[in-house]
Amino acid sequence: MSRSRKTTSSQPATGSVALLIGTRKGAFVLRGDRTRRTWKLSGPMFLGHIVHHVVLDPRDRRTMLMAASTGHLGPTVFRSTDLGKTWKEAKTPPAFPKVPEGQKGRVVGHVFWLTPGHPSEPGLWYAGTSPQGLFRSNDGGVTWEPFSSINDDPQYREWMGSVQDGTPDGPKLHSIIVDPRNSKHLYFAMSGGGVHESVDCGRTWTPIVQGLEVVEGFDAATVTFHDPHCIRLCPTNPDRLYQQNHCGIYRLDQPSNTWVRIGKNMPKKVGDIGFSMVVHPRNADTAWVFPMDGSTVWPRVSPGGKPAAYVTKNAGKNWVRLDKGFPRANAWWTVKRQAMTADAHEPIGLYLGTTSGEVWASRTEGSTWVCLARHLPEIYSVEAAEL
Amino acid sequence: MTVHIPTALRSYTKQRSDVAAEGRNLADVVSALDRRYPGLRFRIITEQDTIRPHIRIFVNEEQARDLSVVLRPDDQIHIVCALSGG
Repeated sequence: MSRSRKTTSSQPATGSVALLIGTRKGAFVLRGDRTRRTWKLSGPMFLGHIVHHVVLDPRDRRTMLMAASTGHLGPTVFRSTDLGKTWKEAKTPPAFPKVPEGQKGRVVGHVFWLTPGHPSEPGLWYAGTSPQGLFRSNDGGVTWEPFSSINDDPQYREWMGSVQDGTPDGPKLHSIIVDPRNSKHLYFAMSGGGVHESVDCGRTWTPIVQGLEVVEGFDAATVTFHDPHCIRLCPTNPDRLYQQNHCGIYRLDQPSNTWVRIGKNMPKKVGDIGFSMVVHPRNADTAWVFPMDGSTVWPRVSPGGKPAAYVTKNAGKNWVRLDKGFPRANAWWTVKRQAMTADAHEPIGLYLGTTSGEVWASRTEGSTWVCLARHLPEIYSVEAAEL
Repeated sequence: MTVHIPTALRSYTKQRSDVAAEGRNLADVVSALDRRYPGLRFRIITEQDTIRPHIRIFVNEEQARDLSVVLRPDDQIHIVCALSGG
């Protein structure tokens, strides 16, 4: 694959921002004005549904997809073509192929991750599921089909492991990324099962796990043991990826295929464990994380009950604590991998949702934070949609 | 035969709690329901044609374990949402 080293540029967004919030009990929208000072909460949409992800299509800024299931009913995808005013269900939600009688086939438990396709491919979407599966829609989310060979490939099935190897509510395929320079250049990650890259639009995949650490006592050469939590590509330097992993924070600068553990530069008492990873839309040296306590039995709450984001402005050489506005103590927050994001304004707006149902925002790239909403259900995802 | 629809599925049946259906077995009935109410089948039956974990289907008062259960025209079918946590 030819790989342009030249970075692309993008202008700051100037319109209003809507936060699309997926929760364990439905979806909500926080709509801000152009200044991002005033926010209005609407919802719930699909009250009672378990909503893992809600995403606006940046190519038309009208189509929204929602990954949903309920405690009883099977998984589906809802779609709106009028910015969430009305919704229809996908005609054919993501599903594994039916296997012949006598064989044990896989069943999609829930759709976990949604990614719009390349700007040159309108209507194309990717979905990641639990258990791990990769799916694609060519018609804006109306119909879905298994995508690429990995769902049935024996080697990939081995790397995916079993339900026992996955996260508590099921192993997940996530962080589906499309290179903005090349629609055929794709990434995805699996918890567990590593990070994978394709340069031929999913015909073949290569694991990229070199440099990543695994839980003590396991062999890092075994792809199964790798547990990436969230991967982000830098829009202005698509050769650079950041990763929040079960075992640290990493950066990859291609064409190198070795991840560098930049989380070693985090304060020792905070550590570099967490779920979410956020990159700056216009500066590939700047990224944010929201650390969780990864000690003992992995509590996965803000270390010491003192929530803080951390930012690096030099690609991970050092990190600065950002906690102004957050509670000073007794705030045992968990922020999941899809629940922290950025807008594209100047300065960048940062947003995060907690499992205790609060949404927090910073209009100043994390230097000060304010609470936008409280008492929502457990938050799974927050996406900043530029309207 | 009559199929009793739980509240969780009535968005598909235009809020009807009881609908009529025909078929030789449960598989036929579920497929017939899906033709009339698109999308309903996949919410209760997996892609491997098994009944989803928190869904129960009773024919008269007997629980059906799979879709092969043979039906009679006067059977009463209850689709039930079982316990699934808070």
